Order: sequence, then C-alpha cells, then structure tokens
Amino acid sequence: MMLEVDGLDAYYGEYQALDKISFDLDAGQIRTLLGANGAGKTTVLRAITGMVRTAGEIRFDGKRISGRATEDIVRLGIAHVPEGRGTFPRVTVEENLQLGAMTRRDRAAIAADIDRVYAHFPRLKERRTQQAGTLSGGEQQMLAVGRALMLAPRLMLLDEPSFGLAPLIVAELFAILRRLNEETGVAMLIVEQNAALALELAEHAYLLETGRIVMDGPAADIGADESIRRAYLGY
Amino acid sequence: MELLLQQILAGLATGAIYACMALAVVMIYQAIDHLNFAQGEMAMFSTFIAWQAMAWGFPYWLAFLFSVSVSFVGGVLIERVLFRPIHNAPVLSSLVAFIALFSIFNSGAGYLWDYTIKTFPSPFGHKPLLGNGLMDTHEAGMIGVTAVLLGLLYLFFRGSRLGLAMRAAAANPESARLVGIRVGWMTALGWGMAAAIGAVAGMLIAPVVFLEPNMMLGVLLYGFAGAVLGGLTSPGGAVLGGFAVGVIENLVPLVPYIGPAFGRELKLTFALVLIVVVLMFRPSGLFGRSVVSRV
Repeated sequence: MMLEVDGLDAYYGEYQALDKISFDLDAGQIRTLLGANGAGKTTVLRAITGMVRTAGEIRFDGKRISGRATEDIVRLGIAHVPEGRGTFPRVTVEENLQLGAMTRRDRAAIAADIDRVYAHFPRLKERRTQQAGTLSGGEQQMLAVGRALMLAPRLMLLDEPSFGLAPLIVAELFAILRRLNEETGVAMLIVEQNAALALELAEHAYLLETGRIVMDGPAADIGADESIRRAYLGY
Repeated sequence: MELLLQQILAGLATGAIYACMALAVVMIYQAIDHLNFAQGEMAMFSTFIAWQAMAWGFPYWLAFLFSVSVSFVGGVLIERVLFRPIHNAPVLSSLVAFIALFSIFNSGAGYLWDYTIKTFPSPFGHKPLLGNGLMDTHEAGMIGVTAVLLGLLYLFFRGSRLGLAMRAAAANPESARLVGIRVGWMTALGWGMAAAIGAVAGMLIAPVVFLEPNMMLGVLLYGFAGAVLGGLTSPGGAVLGGFAVGVIENLVPLVPYIGPAFGRELKLTFALVLIVVVLMFRPSGLFGRSVVSRV
C-alpha cells in the first residue's frame, strides 16, 4: 500500500475533528472522501501533509510520516492542492510553476514539465507572464493543479477542486484529472462536495460524518444506492 | 541653485543609508510581521566589528567583508536561537525580545569598545568629487555602494530560485510549505541578509556620524520613516521612501520662511510630520498594499 491511514485522530486546539479514521490508497488509484460540511474531509488531507495536530499513524510507502514537518512530507512526492488553492497570487503563472518544482534539481526535466503543464492547460501558457492573482477562478484552479504536477508527485491530494467553478470548467478539469491519472499513474485522493462528479472519477469512496468514516465501498455501488445518496450525499 | 543641487545630492547620500535600513526592516517585517527595533543596533555592532578588524590590521575592504559575513551569520543565529522559538508567541513577547536585543547590542558595544566617539575611515576619502563643491567622494561612494547592493539584491530576488523561494515563503508561508520550501530557513536567511545590509549601511554612515554605541538611533528612525512612507509591504517602495526622507530632510532648511524659522534642529520633526500627512491619505504607504484578510 502506498498510503495507509491507521486510527487517525486530529485536533484543532481542544476540539477533536477526526476520530479513529482508517483507510488506504494504492499506487495509481483514485479514491474520494465524501460527506457534509464539517464532516472532517479537509482535515484528513491536512493531517496527511502534517498541517494539523494528530494522533494515530499515517504511513507512506510503509514509512511513518505523521508527526513530520509539512515540507518533508511534500518532498516524498505528495502534492496537496488545498482549499483556497495554495498558489502564489503575487508572482507570475510561470513562477508559480517553478515554485512547484522547488524540491527538484533537474533543470531540463523541470522545463519539460512546465511545457507538459502548458500542454494540458493551454490557457496557462497564454497567461504565463501574468500575476496569478489576476486569473479567473477556473484558471487559478488549473494553475493549482499544474503547480502540484510540477512536484512530479506520486500522490495528489485535491481539496474541493470543483469549488466555485462553472459546470463546463468543472467537466474540463475532471477530464484532465482522469487523463493525468491514466497517463502518469499518479494516485489521487479527492475531497468533494459534488459527490456525483467525484463518484464518476473515483473507483472507491469513503463517507465521513462528524469525524468518522461511516461507510465505504466501490464508487459505483455507493452512487447507485439511493438511500445512501439521500442520507449522506444530498442528491 | 547650486545650494539646492548640493542639498539634494547630500540628501541622496544619507538617503541611501536610510534606504538600506528601510530595506532591512522591510525584509524582516515581510517574513515575521514585526518591526525589528534592534536593526540599528545590529548595524552599529557590525560597524564596531569592522573597526575592530581594522584595529587588528585588516585593510579596509577585508574588514568590510569580514563584518558583512559575521553579520550575516549573526543574523541567521539570532533568528534560529531567539526568534524561532517564539514565532507563535503573542506580539508582546516579540516586542520584549526586540528590546532585549536592542539593549544587548547597545550595552555590549559600550562594554567592549566603550562609549567614547571613534573616527571611522572612508575608503573613498573626503575630497571634492570632480573638483567642484557639489558632492564629496564619500557621499558619492555611499550612493555607489548602495546602488550596487540594491542591484545585486534585485537580481537575487527576481532572477534566482532561492530568491523566488524566499519571496514565496514570506508572502504565502503555508503554500510555500506545500511546495517543499523550508520556510523557517528562508526566514533565517532573510534575517542574515537584513543584518548584512545593515552592516553595509553602518559602515557607510560611520565616517559621517562617527562611531559610538548610539550612532544608529537617528538613522534607524529615518529608516523606519522611509519604510513607512514607501510601504512596509513593498521593498522597492521602502528603498524609494528612504531616499525621499534623506532628500526631504536636507531640503527643509531651504524652504522659504519655514526653513529659517525651524532651522536645522527641527528637520527631523518636519520630515516626520510630512510622513504623518502622507499616511493620513495613504495608510499603507505610497507603494504598499492594504492587507485584506478573508474571514
């Protein structure tokens, strides 16, 4: 298993946001975490990259990563696209992509990867010298994904990639995510409000409620079960 | 007319020093959101280190390099040892740490080198530049060295990966961690660079104000003024602000009616009043950006 989460608790000060969460994800897989607002989906991603206080264990390639600093976890090949996108609004699009490759030394490969990101997202190439903060919401989300790709990640953590985007842009973005997964084999853990969309992309889904995993199963089964959909997914 | 030009050039020369101090203050402010009240005392201490090196027999430029290097390492150490452990502490804890740093350097210098005024040499001499009375060679040297320093910093921050990483770490620390940048070390590096810039400023102004433990008090005030005028969120603005304060300071005594009445004694007051007026209309400085936080 590439990622193993074992009995994970997470805390914001005194408040416990996650309660004994366990799940795993293997290389090349796409899995999704679903649930209502406040269920703890974002916290799971933040726990993996060491951005909240946790108890329990998280392993990557069999090695314990919980308790380590965010920048060290990222260097193992885990790219986190957080809520609010995690881009750098005051520098240019191209500098954002260079920042994404900050852990790498191979200049030629970095230049090739920047071209590859531009091939996936031609709009970014048109705006390469523009400050990232001046992009539209959809372009910024594409930049966030592009920035994450520059890490040459083995696992991508995506927090609400569809948030605030027009339906057409969302469809385009999810098509690109699927293509990236097929072409590069990068694994993805996706948190989504838009459950229907996430269930289409992912092969396996976990349902969170108030900090616990209450159900999990193949995405197709969960999407097909009307009572689950009504109870947890609201559609 | 010649007097006016002379005062403007003299203002640019001292303004160069204010610009360096303003830039040093802004670099640390960008990284940790606090004003380093001890920046001037650090620069003064660096100048004493150069003085000591010369007393040991180092030639000027070797002493200069020695002081800049020691200051850089010292700045990094101050961040690692003193400010790293309290980076999440309340504002007042940081304030106390800055005051402690201020008095450690001030009384440390007094203890090691005593409080008597010392002369500090200028590598440029004090001859009239180009044979006319507009400017002397040391003033030209202050402007020249500052220009080279600012140019190098500009190239570093705009053109190098490390410079880009430092900018990113200061502007968006959480995003910077997510691309694997070691934000803590970037902050320490910023401290080291600020200390080194201060050392250059101290060594350039020392031949003018003479070397003693309190020599940077006024200079740092002008540096703060320049930084606030240009904008604490804008390094380029802070540099321009520093130059502007230097020129304004020198022009005040020339203003008809007001100048002779206030004389040289109140030029600092006049400069600060002007800045207050600017801030009434542009609270984040001429080139600064107001910080909007999402709630």
